[in-house]
Amino acid sequence: MKAGIVVFPGSNCDWDTYHALMSCGIETVFLWHKEKSLKGCDLIVLPGGFSYGDYLRSGILASFSPIMDSIKEFAEKGGLILGICNGFQILLESGILPGAMLRNKGLRFICKFVNIRVENNSTPFTKDLKKGEVLKIPIAHMDGNYYLPSSEMEKLKRNGQIVFRYCNGKGEITEEANPNGSMENIAGIVNEKGNVLGMMPHPERASFSILGSEDGRKIFQSCLNYLRER
Amino acid sequence: MIDKQILEAHNLTEEEYKRIVELIGREPNHVELGMFSVMWSEHCSYKSSKVHLKKLPTKGEAVIQGPGENAGVVDIGDGLAIVFKIESHNHPSYIEPYQGAATGVGGIVRDIFTMGARPIALLDSLRFGPLEEPSNRLLMDGVVSGIAGYGNSIGVPTVGGETYFHPCYSRNPLVNVFCIGIARKEKIFYGKASGEGNPVFYVGAKTGRDGIHGATMASAEFSEDSEKKRPNVQVGDPFKEKLLIEACLEVMEKDLIVGIQDMGAAGLTSSSSETASRGGTGIYLNLDLVPLREEGMTPYEILLSESQERMLIIGKKGKEKEIEEVFKKWDLECCIIGEVREDGFITANFKGEEVCKIPVKALTSLAPVYKRPYKKREGMPSIKPEKIPLPSDLNNIFSKILSSPNIAYKGWIFTQYDHMVQTNTVLLPGADASVLWVKENGKGIAITLDGNSNFCYLNPREGAKIMVAESLRNISCVGARPLGATNCLNFGNPEKEDIMWEFKEVVEGMGEACEFFKIPITGGNVSFYNETSGKGIYPTPVFGLVGILHRIEKVLNSSFKNKGDIIALVGKIKNEIGGSEYLRILFGENFGPCPKIDLSDEWNLHKFLMEAIENSLLLSAHDISDGGIAVCLSECSFFGGLGFDVDIEKFGNDRVDFILFSESPTRVVISFPEENWRRIEELAKKWNLDFLVIGRVGGDRLVIRKGGEEVINIQLTEGERIWRKSIEEKMKVI
Repeated sequence: MKAGIVVFPGSNCDWDTYHALMSCGIETVFLWHKEKSLKGCDLIVLPGGFSYGDYLRSGILASFSPIMDSIKEFAEKGGLILGICNGFQILLESGILPGAMLRNKGLRFICKFVNIRVENNSTPFTKDLKKGEVLKIPIAHMDGNYYLPSSEMEKLKRNGQIVFRYCNGKGEITEEANPNGSMENIAGIVNEKGNVLGMMPHPERASFSILGSEDGRKIFQSCLNYLRER
Repeated sequence: MIDKQILEAHNLTEEEYKRIVELIGREPNHVELGMFSVMWSEHCSYKSSKVHLKKLPTKGEAVIQGPGENAGVVDIGDGLAIVFKIESHNHPSYIEPYQGAATGVGGIVRDIFTMGARPIALLDSLRFGPLEEPSNRLLMDGVVSGIAGYGNSIGVPTVGGETYFHPCYSRNPLVNVFCIGIARKEKIFYGKASGEGNPVFYVGAKTGRDGIHGATMASAEFSEDSEKKRPNVQVGDPFKEKLLIEACLEVMEKDLIVGIQDMGAAGLTSSSSETASRGGTGIYLNLDLVPLREEGMTPYEILLSESQERMLIIGKKGKEKEIEEVFKKWDLECCIIGEVREDGFITANFKGEEVCKIPVKALTSLAPVYKRPYKKREGMPSIKPEKIPLPSDLNNIFSKILSSPNIAYKGWIFTQYDHMVQTNTVLLPGADASVLWVKENGKGIAITLDGNSNFCYLNPREGAKIMVAESLRNISCVGARPLGATNCLNFGNPEKEDIMWEFKEVVEGMGEACEFFKIPITGGNVSFYNETSGKGIYPTPVFGLVGILHRIEKVLNSSFKNKGDIIALVGKIKNEIGGSEYLRILFGENFGPCPKIDLSDEWNLHKFLMEAIENSLLLSAHDISDGGIAVCLSECSFFGGLGFDVDIEKFGNDRVDFILFSESPTRVVISFPEENWRRIEELAKKWNLDFLVIGRVGGDRLVIRKGGEEVINIQLTEGERIWRKSIEEKMKVI
């Protein structure tokens, strides 16, 4: 199994994700955004950061990078793709995942540990997790206020595409636990087929006990186990 | 013709002009005058501070590079080095808070990666006027957003710092930005231009008209119409900076260059003359080749522009193609604009004409140096703290102290900063010191920024010593030993004798303490002229101390851990109240005698903490500083979610309010399990320190008694709410 981290100009969580994946025993390479080849990777990660400075709109310029054509194709064929933070925004802008990100409800950048609840544990990314399990993982973003028109939201819910929701420490979904105003407290979603996950919290920042949480590792480990068993 | 008016516009005196004529043997032309004006500005030349800065200790075992380069370099073992420096961006931040602060971040980050180091963290020391005034809220909002907007985007975490409020900063906000990077020892780069014929590259953003005379602006007082100086402030582009970091580190890694320098203050002029000065060479520039953002720019403007995100690189001859390829990969502008010459001159041509030819030394090492006169400041407030009546309701006063923005939780500020990117942040902002994990060798780097201008106002020399001691205590509390330090010295107008006296006293006090603790100062920054309409700031030195933890697992934080743990105070018991937050809250004024410090006691406390932490005897340690022991204990509770019940009877016969809120140095609150009691007590005795067990962790209240009688008793959640919400609530309406 091999993971590829796409490096866009302005990506800044590429090395963090690399360290986390490698420490889970996953062979990891970098993929330059100007190239087309995915180098035979089984898992593609779009890392966090400020691709193209997030100028114009978060993630939109990166969605036109040459590598994105290959990534779309990979997604259609059922390949595993994980978009974290800015990576999630890029997946939304390129239409691989539904919806859009608005500015946080407080209109400010927020960096802090939050709790998220696992809503769907039948995806490759969450298969080792329990449904209802609470993960402590940090967020760090300006535009993480997830939006989807209500008719489509119904479909998203029906299909079980909501994977993570912001919650309090007890696992309750409350208004206070929603840091950015996301509809339905959404922190992460998958596409209909379940092979593409976008999430705002940063699992790579919760992958070492010295940093205060190892909950993020569970997501990488799920991917690894899924691919091994496949 | 150069007349008085032109000289005034360039902030040069007639004597200085005479010196220029002498040095170059003729009258300078307009372009050359501009170059002298920026290079000889206080900001670039340190002409008023140099004679005093020489008194600071700069050497130490671990020091690889002391003052004089872009940043200091210290050895951390295993073939690794850390590179760090602090810089002020006070004047631009007052005029244009967002861009002023953002470009402050950009500038210091460039100073770090030009040394071949990857920037791994930022910290800021900020000072504003009281938040009750809307203009101060606006300034703080802009500055914090600017730091966030820039730092977050380039992927360098802002992991800590300090923020204080006092009326003297109302129209003189201070924005001091610290950056630290990590490098392999053999890959340290210097800002040196060497090797005749080596190509001089210009890389990064295009040159525009922004920031012309920024350095000169930062070397004068402001007046009512400082708004007009807005065009002197530069505009930052963090995305470009991020690309520059990656591209520059790549050309260094590939060994394609001999020297590199940021075009910061004074732009092309300073970067070319400083690199030539360090290399003992000259530089020729063809200004026609400089990439310009707008048409019709004059050589004067090109040489003095302070447009951001630009670097001057001295390439290796024969490697031009490879250098160009790296920058092309990162979509950055890169072109050769000149070459290194052995003639010792900065020469520039424009449209076939020579527009300047100045000996490098005249711009740099031969800049004027002033021994400015100084005189002790008179007229301190004469109120005696002992004379004030003891307030009847200490609970109420305590709540007020918790809600004071100087004491209150700074989450409103640091949650706007990405403080976790790079996944090295072991202690989150709010800790005694920031601690970064060095993944390469399992060590930890501890960093703290400290300044105490209230003490420095009352006694600049003692205040500076206390500041250094507090820094040491802060890194000791997390388990780190000191390696080296940087400082940012913020003062008023040095042409005033009492300001110069404050400066001299602070530098000498700082030097004495650093000498005693064997802390080398590897560089720093001086910011004078922090005055608007004749009103200046308190003397505000800020000390940035960097230390090392040999094993990151040993790191200690300040939160109470378990119900029933013993709480003790260790250090030297003193209950001095002068200069405290308590007095300022009661009387709205900073007064009283500055506390005194005994440096050898402080060193013993450091040794005690090192030994106790190394032997895993402690569960928490927290320095007593702003707000005294009452606030110190409460913070341990807020971080740990556990209350406390303590008795301060053994602190002596001083007034109870003085005991509760004294900010005397050399004191730390520790907690530990009962079974370690005896060993800790022995250790304290060994280091000749006072050791008082005062109570236990537990419950849901903050309770302080004196001889059994309650003097403070409030609900933990209520205290925490007051402390946590204060700044957030004040900043709701901007």
